[in-house]
Amino acid sequence: MENKTIKLFTNGYLDMDLLRFTTAGSVDDGKSTLIGRLLYDSKSIFEDQLKAVEAASQRSGNEEMNLALFTDGLRAEREQGITIDVAYRYFATPKRKFIIADTPGHIQYTRNMVTGASTADLAVILIDARNGTMEQTLRHSYIASLLAIPYIIVCINKMDLVNFSEKVFEDIKLKYNDITNKLQLSNVKFIPISAKLGDNVVDCSANMPWYTGDTLMNMLETIVIDHKTKFADMRLPVQYVIRPVSDKFHDFRGYAGRLSGGILKKGDAVVVMPSGQRSTVAAINQCDRELDEAFTPDSITVQLTDDIDVSRGDIIAGEGEKPSVSQDINAMVCWFNENPLQVNSKYIIMHATKETVGIVKSIENTVNINTLELEPGGTALNMNEIASIKIKTAQPLVFDSYKKNRTTGSLILIDSNTFETLGAGMII
Amino acid sequence: MDKYRLTHLRELEAESIFVLREVAAQFQRPVILFSGGKDSIVVTHLAYKAFYPLKILFPLLHIDTGHNFVETLEYRDALVKKLGLTLIVGSVQESIDAGRVKEETGYHASRNKLQTVTLLDAIERHKFDAAIGGARRDEEKARAKERFFSHRDEFGQWNPKNQRPELWNIFNGKKNMGEHFRVFPIGNWTEMDVWQYIYRENIEMPSIYFTHERKVFNRDGQWLAAEPCMKLKPSEIVETKQVRCRTVGDISCTGLTLSKAESLEDIISEIAATHVTERGGRADDQRSDTAMEDRKIAGYF
Repeated sequence: MENKTIKLFTNGYLDMDLLRFTTAGSVDDGKSTLIGRLLYDSKSIFEDQLKAVEAASQRSGNEEMNLALFTDGLRAEREQGITIDVAYRYFATPKRKFIIADTPGHIQYTRNMVTGASTADLAVILIDARNGTMEQTLRHSYIASLLAIPYIIVCINKMDLVNFSEKVFEDIKLKYNDITNKLQLSNVKFIPISAKLGDNVVDCSANMPWYTGDTLMNMLETIVIDHKTKFADMRLPVQYVIRPVSDKFHDFRGYAGRLSGGILKKGDAVVVMPSGQRSTVAAINQCDRELDEAFTPDSITVQLTDDIDVSRGDIIAGEGEKPSVSQDINAMVCWFNENPLQVNSKYIIMHATKETVGIVKSIENTVNINTLELEPGGTALNMNEIASIKIKTAQPLVFDSYKKNRTTGSLILIDSNTFETLGAGMII
Repeated sequence: MDKYRLTHLRELEAESIFVLREVAAQFQRPVILFSGGKDSIVVTHLAYKAFYPLKILFPLLHIDTGHNFVETLEYRDALVKKLGLTLIVGSVQESIDAGRVKEETGYHASRNKLQTVTLLDAIERHKFDAAIGGARRDEEKARAKERFFSHRDEFGQWNPKNQRPELWNIFNGKKNMGEHFRVFPIGNWTEMDVWQYIYRENIEMPSIYFTHERKVFNRDGQWLAAEPCMKLKPSEIVETKQVRCRTVGDISCTGLTLSKAESLEDIISEIAATHVTERGGRADDQRSDTAMEDRKIAGYF
C-alpha cells in the first residue's frame, strides 16, 4: 500500500482541474450510450453497477449490454428508454476530473438542455452518421452558442453503420461549416466515433486508420479551458453580510460572496453598485485565513476600509469597466413552463444575488430554433421557445452582458404564485 | 497548473460554500441533517468555513434509529460541544412507540426506511424550511437527478419528473407555507473528492472509518456487525475480523469492508483501487432497481 500512497500524493492527484461538459444529441443519436462508453472504458463503472445493468439489459431483452442504462436513472426513463431530465455523472482520469450534464435531446426538453448547458465549459454534440446534420443539430448548436459554451466537439456517431467511411465523415464536417458560420462558433472540433463499439471514444479506432486526430477522451483531457471570466473585470455579488456579535470580532464586517469575474487583491480600490460608493479592500478572508488575493470562482469574505452600506444583492466591482445599472433590461429568454410568458405580466426576477420584480414590456423577436430565422414577437412565448424580450424591473439591476460574464449577465424568471422557475434569461 | 486556476477540491469547496450561504440568505429555519457519516461531517465543516467568524448558523438534526454505532454518537456529541451547536434528535423508537410507523420483522428487518416518517415529523414540528443534506449525485442513479435546491411539497414528497430547472448558480428557494427544501451542497462531489478533502483539511473522523477489530457475520457476501439489534440466521456464524466502514448508516444496513486502512492516505489508496461502489455495501439499495427513487419520492434523505 505504501508505494501506491506515495504515487497518489505526488502526481498531482490532489490538485487536478475540473471540466464540466454537456452532451446534446437527439433521441437515437446514442448519447447515453456514449456516456456509458466513456464511463465504462475509463473504468469508472464499478462491478456492482455493471451487474445491475447486465441484469436490467437482459430483463428488457437486450442481447448486448445496454450502456445507456448507466445513465438513465429514473423509472420512467428506463421504461421508455429515453432521457427526461438532466442527470449528472462523474468520472476522473489521471489527468482531469469531469462532471457531465447528460441532457435530453427531444425538442420538448429544450429547457433541460439549456439547464445542462448553463454550467458547461464544453459541449459534445452528437450527429448520427447515417442522417448527417439535421434540424436538431442546428438547434443543439444554437443552444450551445446562446449559452456561450466556449468549446464544441462534434461527434459523428454510428460510423460502424456507414462502413467507417471517411467520405461520410468529411461530408458531414463540410455541411456543419454552414452552422459554424451562421452561429459564428469558434473552437469546433470533429471526431468520427462508434459509441456502441468504442471506436475513438477512449481508444483509437482500428476501423478508421484514416482518422489521425485525438480520441474524444484525449480531447476532453487536454483542451485548455478559456480563462476569459478570470481575467475579466472584477465582480463580487454580495451574498451575505457577516457581522459577529462577539468581543473578539467586534469590528468585523465581512461581505461574503463568490467571485464571478476577475481577480481581487488586498488594497484594491472598489466601487459598490448600484450605490456607487467607493472604498478599498482592507482584507480578504477565507475562514480563519487572510489572503493577499483571490480569483474567480472562489468563495471569499471581504472587509472594506470604510463603514459603508452594503447588502445582499449589491455587486462589488473593480477598477476596470463598471457593470451597467438599469431598470430596462433586454434579454434572450428561453421559456420553460406550460403557461406561456405573457406581455404585461409580472414575474419575480433573480439575478446574481439580487431579487426583484419585473414586468415584460414586449417580445421583440422569437427565434425559430429549427431555422434560426427571427420572427416578429407576439404577445406570448410558449414552452421551449426562445425570444428576445424587454423587461422593466422594480429595482435597478447591476449587470454585464451575458457574452461578457455568464454570472452577472444571467437571470431567471419565477412565477409569483407557484414560485416555479419559468424561464432563463441572458442579458443582451 | 497556472496560478489563477482553482484545483478541483477548491472549486468544489467554493461551490458548496456558495450554496450554504444561499441557504442562510434565503431561508428562515435551515437545519443540517447530521448522520455522523463522512458526508454530513464534511457539510458541517463547510458550514463552519462559510460563515466564520460567525458560529454555524444551523442546528444539527440527527435521525436516530436506535441502532447506531456507539462511535458515531460519541463523535456527534463531541463535535456539537466543540462547535457550540444545537443538536436536535428525532427518534425512530419514539415514532414506533407512538404508532407512527411499524417495525419491520424478520432477518432483513431494518429501521432505515422508517426514518423517513421520523424525519418528516421533525421537519414539521420544528418548522424547518431547508434541510441540508450530504447526499451526492454520484452515489446512486436517482440521486444523479437531484438539484442543489430540491423542492418538497407539503407532504414532504419529491417529484422527480417535474423538478424546477436549476440554471447557472441561481438557486430558487421560494416556496409556499408548509413546503420545504432539501439542499445538497456537496451534490457535485464524488466519494474520492470527499476523502481527499478530509485529508487536505485534516478533518477528524469517527474511528469506525479506520480499521478495527469487530465481531461480524457474513450475509449474502456482505459483512455486517454482530450487534444485539441484528437477528442472525441459524447458518450465520459470528467471527472477528479487521474491518472498517465505507459508509456509515444504521447498523442494520451498513456493510463493513475487510480493510487494514489505518490512515486517511490508506483509505484514499483503498478507494482508488476498489471495484465496488460505496453503496454496493448498502442493504437498503439492494432491495430493488429503483429502491432509492422510491424512498426519495416518499421524503427520504
